[in-house]
Amino acid sequence: MPTLRQKSEPSSQGGLDADLAGIDALDIPLQPAPSLASRAWSALWPKLAAIGLFLAVWQTVVWLEWKPTYVLPPPGPVFERLVSDLADGVLLTATWITLRRAVVGYAIAMVIGVTLGLAVARFRHLRTALGSLITGLQTMPSIAWFPLAILLFQLTEETITFVIVLGAAPAIANGFLHGVDHIPPLLLRAGKVLGARGFATYRHIVLPAAMPGFVAGMKQGWAFAWRSLMAGELLVIIASRPSLGVRLQFARELSDAEALLAAMIVILVIGIIVDAVFFGRLEYAIRKRWGLLSSAS
Amino acid sequence: MALRAPTLSEERIPTGRAIDVRDVSKAYGPTGTHVLALERISLSVAPGEFVCMVGASGCGKTTLLNLIAGLDRPTSGEVGVHGARAALLFQEAALFPWLTAGRNVELALRLRGVGKQERRAEVDRLIDVVHLRGFAGRRPHELSGGMRQRVALARALAQDADVLLMDEPFGALDAITRDLLHDELERLWQTTGVTILFVTHNVREAVRLGDRILVLSSRPGRVVADFPITVGRPRRLESPQVAQLAADITERLREEVRRHADIAPEE
Repeated sequence: MPTLRQKSEPSSQGGLDADLAGIDALDIPLQPAPSLASRAWSALWPKLAAIGLFLAVWQTVVWLEWKPTYVLPPPGPVFERLVSDLADGVLLTATWITLRRAVVGYAIAMVIGVTLGLAVARFRHLRTALGSLITGLQTMPSIAWFPLAILLFQLTEETITFVIVLGAAPAIANGFLHGVDHIPPLLLRAGKVLGARGFATYRHIVLPAAMPGFVAGMKQGWAFAWRSLMAGELLVIIASRPSLGVRLQFARELSDAEALLAAMIVILVIGIIVDAVFFGRLEYAIRKRWGLLSSAS
Repeated sequence: MALRAPTLSEERIPTGRAIDVRDVSKAYGPTGTHVLALERISLSVAPGEFVCMVGASGCGKTTLLNLIAGLDRPTSGEVGVHGARAALLFQEAALFPWLTAGRNVELALRLRGVGKQERRAEVDRLIDVVHLRGFAGRRPHELSGGMRQRVALARALAQDADVLLMDEPFGALDAITRDLLHDELERLWQTTGVTILFVTHNVREAVRLGDRILVLSSRPGRVVADFPITVGRPRRLESPQVAQLAADITERLREEVRRHADIAPEE
């Protein structure tokens, strides 16, 4: 290492230091930080307004008597039913069963998706061979897998997990690939100049640089997993596993529209929470870190 | 290929060479239709020397730096670099956006195999060297262009290379910042004794900084002139001597550019 020998004229030296410090101070962008309360409010009110609008439309449709109320009940009784179903535990049990399936299926899809994405990104021939196949799998509606899955695994948990994995893994792999493809070549070159080779390149440069695309793929993978799971729970009804899908199905058979809508609200809310709280935060953190947030967003 | 030479911690040999490029040609594309970026170019840089390279577009400056940095192999000829790998600075800082300034510097140390304890002290030291104390925790986007370029400089120094290659590193900066960074780079060069090969389009910048200026021809790139700069340091960009020398070198450069007009197809 070139070691520093501090010998220089103090006068001009001090001048340069002051100049640099001055220009640095001027160059640092000023960022007025809005208060936490105002930030929370500006994030919250559009969502509240949207919910309000949705409820208003729903209520209006009911008032217009488009359908009888035993088929399409108004929001009030549905929310009362939601609260009571949650309170007596049936809806919570169902949510728990469904969520557990989602987590297990998604975790397996992550492992497979990342492994596949890494392998395809690393080996060119594998990419030529599998690249379009992965995209093809991604566009295949997951419900189309169920007949085969049921033949293979009968009406079991494995059937549902199988379809979740097939739905989510290609999206995750593709997102990862997309992330790798969009790494600025300059960063790869910089890594090479710094002496990164082989595994170190992947660990220190490629993986972190691919994160934005990867998170987008993970998010899409989650959406596919959640959809596949719901389709699966309607088709594959397993005794003693009263999942959210089973509740939907039974509520329809019993013409219990309030219970049906209450379960649907739970499904929707879970989807929103996972997307906004988990993936939304992850995306926000990455964009903030990378400086990709504009002051408008 | 590489010259066997003492590491930087040892005394420099005045007669040695930090960079030695001998008869190097570099062609791109398949033989027959290939494009010659460099043709039998030779140059050498002495240890501790500050050499600037100017040339019009198509002179293969970036190709040459890539070859010296070991990012690419010459089609023929030999490239020798004193000591370990040469550090390379780009026109853009090319900092990793997911790491803070300090971590960017640390990564260079880590990839070199420096231990964790040692790394922390070394990062502090290098951040101090480029006068960015207090900014190590900032992310690249929270820094100005000039500050980013200084972080990149600290990261390059962290590579512990004897040779620093710079590819128009200040090209994208405003004039005031560039002027300050000239002072900063000169000071760094004087205190560390590192060898610098600095590529630029800006002839005045070259005269401001270099001990020697190499003028490259274009398509294919060759060294066509070698101007020693004897103006005493510190030099000012706006001094008459710098301006006069810059004018001479610019004239030489224009001759090179005009040469291409002659061979252009006539109407």
